[in-house]
Amino acid sequence: MTAVDQRPAPAAEPPPRRTVWAWALLRNSWRQLTSMRTALVLLFLLAVAAIPGSVLPQRAVNAEKVVGYFREHPDLAPFLDRLGGFGVYASPWFAAIYLLLFTSLVGCVVPRLLDHLRALRTVPPDAPRRLERLPQHAAPVAGPRDPAAAAAAAAAGLRRRRFRTVVREQPDGAWTVSAEKGYLKETGNLFFHFALLAVLVGVGFGNWYGWHGNRLLVQGSDRGFCNSVTQYDESSLGPRIEASDLPFFCLRLTDFVATYQDTGQPKSFGARVEVQTEQDGPWKPDEFRVNHPLRLPQANVHLLGHGYAPVLRFTDRYGEQQTKTVPFLPRDQMLTSEGVVQFPDVNIDPKTNKRNEDLQVAFEGVYLPTVDPNGSPTSVFPAERSPALFLTAYRGNLGVDAGLPGSVYALDRGQLANGELKQVSGARPQRLTAGQTWTLDDGSKLEFLGTQQFATLSIRYDPTQPLVLGGAAIGLLGLMLSLAGHRRRVWFRVSPPEASEPGGGGSLMEAGGLPRTDYPGFAEEFEQVVAAVRDERTP
Amino acid sequence: MADWSNQLMAVTVLTYLAAMVCYAAEYAFGDRSHIGRAAVRPARQLVGAGAPAEPPADYDVAAGAVARRDRGALFGLIGVGLNWLAFALHLGTAVTRGLAAGRMPWGNMYEFIIAVTLVGSAVWLGVLTRRPAVRHLGLFVTLALVVLLGAAGLIAYTPVGPLVPALNSYWYIVHVSTIILSSGIFLIGAVPAAMFLIKTGHDQGKRRFPYPLGAKVPAAVTLERLTFRLHAFAFPLFTFGALIAGPLWAEASWGRYWGWDPKEVWAFISWVVYAAYLHARATPSVKRTTATWIALVGFATMLMNLFGVNLFFEGLHSYANAGG
Ligand code: HEM
Repeated sequence: MTAVDQRPAPAAEPPPRRTVWAWALLRNSWRQLTSMRTALVLLFLLAVAAIPGSVLPQRAVNAEKVVGYFREHPDLAPFLDRLGGFGVYASPWFAAIYLLLFTSLVGCVVPRLLDHLRALRTVPPDAPRRLERLPQHAAPVAGPRDPAAAAAAAAAGLRRRRFRTVVREQPDGAWTVSAEKGYLKETGNLFFHFALLAVLVGVGFGNWYGWHGNRLLVQGSDRGFCNSVTQYDESSLGPRIEASDLPFFCLRLTDFVATYQDTGQPKSFGARVEVQTEQDGPWKPDEFRVNHPLRLPQANVHLLGHGYAPVLRFTDRYGEQQTKTVPFLPRDQMLTSEGVVQFPDVNIDPKTNKRNEDLQVAFEGVYLPTVDPNGSPTSVFPAERSPALFLTAYRGNLGVDAGLPGSVYALDRGQLANGELKQVSGARPQRLTAGQTWTLDDGSKLEFLGTQQFATLSIRYDPTQPLVLGGAAIGLLGLMLSLAGHRRRVWFRVSPPEASEPGGGGSLMEAGGLPRTDYPGFAEEFEQVVAAVRDERTP
Repeated sequence: MADWSNQLMAVTVLTYLAAMVCYAAEYAFGDRSHIGRAAVRPARQLVGAGAPAEPPADYDVAAGAVARRDRGALFGLIGVGLNWLAFALHLGTAVTRGLAAGRMPWGNMYEFIIAVTLVGSAVWLGVLTRRPAVRHLGLFVTLALVVLLGAAGLIAYTPVGPLVPALNSYWYIVHVSTIILSSGIFLIGAVPAAMFLIKTGHDQGKRRFPYPLGAKVPAAVTLERLTFRLHAFAFPLFTFGALIAGPLWAEASWGRYWGWDPKEVWAFISWVVYAAYLHARATPSVKRTTATWIALVGFATMLMNLFGVNLFFEGLHSYANAGG
């Protein structure tokens, strides 16, 4: 076994000087850190430390859930937050464990690499004096050739079996053949451990130099978006990336096709888009699906979801018209969708040309692509089989001018609570199908023109993905070599026949074998090798 | 077809149960059996590990013991036969399920457990064919299969349904099939691991439950080596399935190759723990029993991922509650 369990050397003589004492401490700690036992403990710690991240909601995975957790556990949450409980995999203590582990790995693997390189260049050691002491042994058998020729033939046979082989002449006239095989085990093991390092480095740099953004894109050639931070609904850039580093491209959704099973289970989603990859360049058609992202230079566009955006035309009390296309967010599998359409700039008196904040208008409600014939308030199928919009009208101050960023998918509840915004339609929501018009109490009108589809896109770039994948693949190969391989040595001793024997020609051949790693099949292999070499010896 | 599958499932569990009863009967009656002797031998004489089980020459056999041996061995053989039958039925369950759904039968937790246990059963029968001497483990293997299949039917049953589009991918098939294969092998690996610990305790003279169970199983070295070989085979498969194919699919589907979703977290934990097992086994100063405990912890984390994560946590992978 090449792996030696390194333990700190026993404390030497009382150190004469302080610096030496410090040096010894340092050296011992390093030895301790790079021992396999420590690696084992750190591996275990890593596994345990990963657990909280699956129990507590994680900001990086789902920030809304973290907010929910704070609401439900107002006392506990801030405490957990201080410990990094909502960002376990970016927390200092998690990093401490894996950095220690990888320091230990480097400290362990680099010396092993040097040892192995040396071992690859050195020849197998000479045969031990007493081959019968070895785990495998084949008693001497006489053959017709003289020792030198027999040893050469044996060596040739071993080399053919890909053993690294040396032949040595002994002072007593005997010849020995030393052979070793299975260096690939250690090679594979080293590849595996170095590949782990490559993966860690790749993941780290990917975090630094990668970026991603989410964007909800409504169908229509006038609603395209271009790759810049301001155009994302949500984005995050790695610490080494500036907003100006994002590559240029623009995208518009021309069509979205979804197919469903009869049960409403989705079968397939596909988005047709037009892409522009150079400033003022041509728009090229393309398409992508779930599991088949759009691969652009330095960016991948993934399809995450889709929904409907009702198109609504509002005619205010002075006859001014405004049309808005507003995405309604799906709430369930059947695409029951919720949303709000706000018209802050309406009911402007043409005489004064002044906006009256108390006459702003908004409609809130749900869109059902397929209305339930039995009257339940949810959609019963995700495609638009019998669509209808159910809206409630509000008038008053929407609170959108306060400068606070509000949701575009819900009304400001504060304004409703303080009475500045009032419901102006009946207790039950107004039902609208495409083409229908609803006249409000003050004579203003809302017309439902139809819907457009929208797609939610996740756009990312991770420059080190190939390194991580390559590292993982090499690691796997190394792992398999290491787990399947066996290091073993075989020796032959070919002696001149006993002096007493008549004729004087021929030789005696004895063999021994040593498995250097746990290898249950060694006995069989040894027998085969010995038998084959003996056959070669008798032509 | 879906009904067939459900009925086959019930019959499968019953057949495994019957096989288990036979193995148990052999265990109870067959203390002088061929296998029983192979198992008690190492306590008395030192034998090279992995040597074929042959009765020691100095063994004097009482007349009554011969009859009991035959009865015990007979039960054992019936057990093996039933085990093969159960495997065939089990295969039928999975195939009819796949036909009913018109896709690979591993789209939800119920199907996943059926597939994992099917692989486990196949690996066990393979091991049994190559080394009949480990037959006494059959009791514990079938016990594990019955428990898991029962849990699948009781907790995780899901009617046949199609896959959601995100699961409809080439990498997904590679990802799930390798995880199923490796989980099945880890499952079978956990049985000799547990029995090795029990056997070691028994050899040290411990007699409290569960150590008496170690009375008739194969020699400790044999169990330990079997444990290692199963794990060493499953680990690269699991590495490929969970840490390479899975991320490749996640990248194509969700845009990121790794996102610390609860299922990913627990796959990572299992991988680290199994790596620790292989590591511990290669560390000379760590005892084999300690290493084997780590392997069992690894299996516990796999179970956690299979049941706990699907049922308790919500994530992108939670197809268990999405109804298929
Ligand atoms: C980053 C964490 C690590 C992981 C995931 C890991 C994983 C593994 C695995 C799975 C094996 C068994 C397969 C094989 O033989 O190739 C192994 C073997 C080995 N590891 Fe690690 N390892 C880690 C860190 C370390 C460290 C820090 C050391 C040194 C202290 C080390 C030294 C060894 C040695 C010497 C072997 C070979 C055992 C033998 O001869 O079979 N590893 N490692």
